[in-house]
Amino acid sequence: MSDIQIVGAPAGVEGSGFFATSLDKAVGLARANSLWPLPFATSCCGIEFMATMASHYDLSRFGAERLSFSPRQADLLMVMGTISKKMGPVLRQVYLQMAEPRWVIAVGACASSGGIFDTYSVLQGIDEIIPVDVYVPGCPPRPEAIIDGFMHIQELVKTESTRRRETPEYQKLLASYGIQ
Amino acid sequence: MITNDELLASINSKFEGQVTVVGEPYGLLTIETNVESIISLLSFLKTDATLQFIYLTDITAVHYPEQEKTIGVIYHVHSLVNNIRIRIKVFIDGNNCHIPTATPLWNGANWMERETYDLFGVIFDGHPDLRRILNVDDMTAFPMRKEFPLEDPNRVDKKDYFFGR
Repeated sequence: MSDIQIVGAPAGVEGSGFFATSLDKAVGLARANSLWPLPFATSCCGIEFMATMASHYDLSRFGAERLSFSPRQADLLMVMGTISKKMGPVLRQVYLQMAEPRWVIAVGACASSGGIFDTYSVLQGIDEIIPVDVYVPGCPPRPEAIIDGFMHIQELVKTESTRRRETPEYQKLLASYGIQ
Repeated sequence: MITNDELLASINSKFEGQVTVVGEPYGLLTIETNVESIISLLSFLKTDATLQFIYLTDITAVHYPEQEKTIGVIYHVHSLVNNIRIRIKVFIDGNNCHIPTATPLWNGANWMERETYDLFGVIFDGHPDLRRILNVDDMTAFPMRKEFPLEDPNRVDKKDYFFGR
């Protein structure tokens, strides 16, 4: 018997020769276990992310084997590091180029709040310009913390409606950032 | 090799009365001059056959709000041939800070002057492209001036009510 664990089936109705569940749950299961992250790494949190991707911590166990360096094919924007005000429009454009559904994780103190860089040149948290789903604290956070944040994203993805982008709450959120 | 005394004598032979000595901290001759003679002084240092200060190390500025002339523009020049450096200070009015550009002498002065403009608001007359270089283009303040607040006003997680104050 192989010791490889696979993801369990979502809640549903099971009988002889059939299994029925809702489309949302099936799609959420598939999405959550095949996220394509776009690493936007600018400093030391990016180094921790490299450890997270490498064999010791191995983020690919969670279905994120394939990093996407094109925003158009990415599901998850992982912002790791200090974002200066001059880089803000670049980050925003990367977010705009991502197709729905898309999620954002702010890794580390700098991406979450500006960190120690409380100064004129540094963005005080990326949520000033784009919506953020999960914040990972730490300066820098250990790979375990990044994995924990990633698993929180997976939980969001599993439980989210397949039509999130059409909900009024989501449209209101994007409109508050001036994104349409 | 040239000593600081020889260097100063050479400068004084041309710019008598235009130059005052500030000091020699760590052996670095530091002189002060005025807006009118700064470019001719730099030009002399660069082109003089014996001095040959051919390398412009840095142009920067300092803000002294308590002084009458609040902005000091600082030039560091290096003679690679004679292995000697000199620092030249020019003090100008902070509300109307104009100083001639050094770009005709060194092309490298271009970005140094843009940086000094960006952070201190010093206007280098005659500069080919004087615009911001490090900060966002729509910034209106000059952040290294002392009246600019040190901490970002958009910061929310350091507000007093988070700490029961």
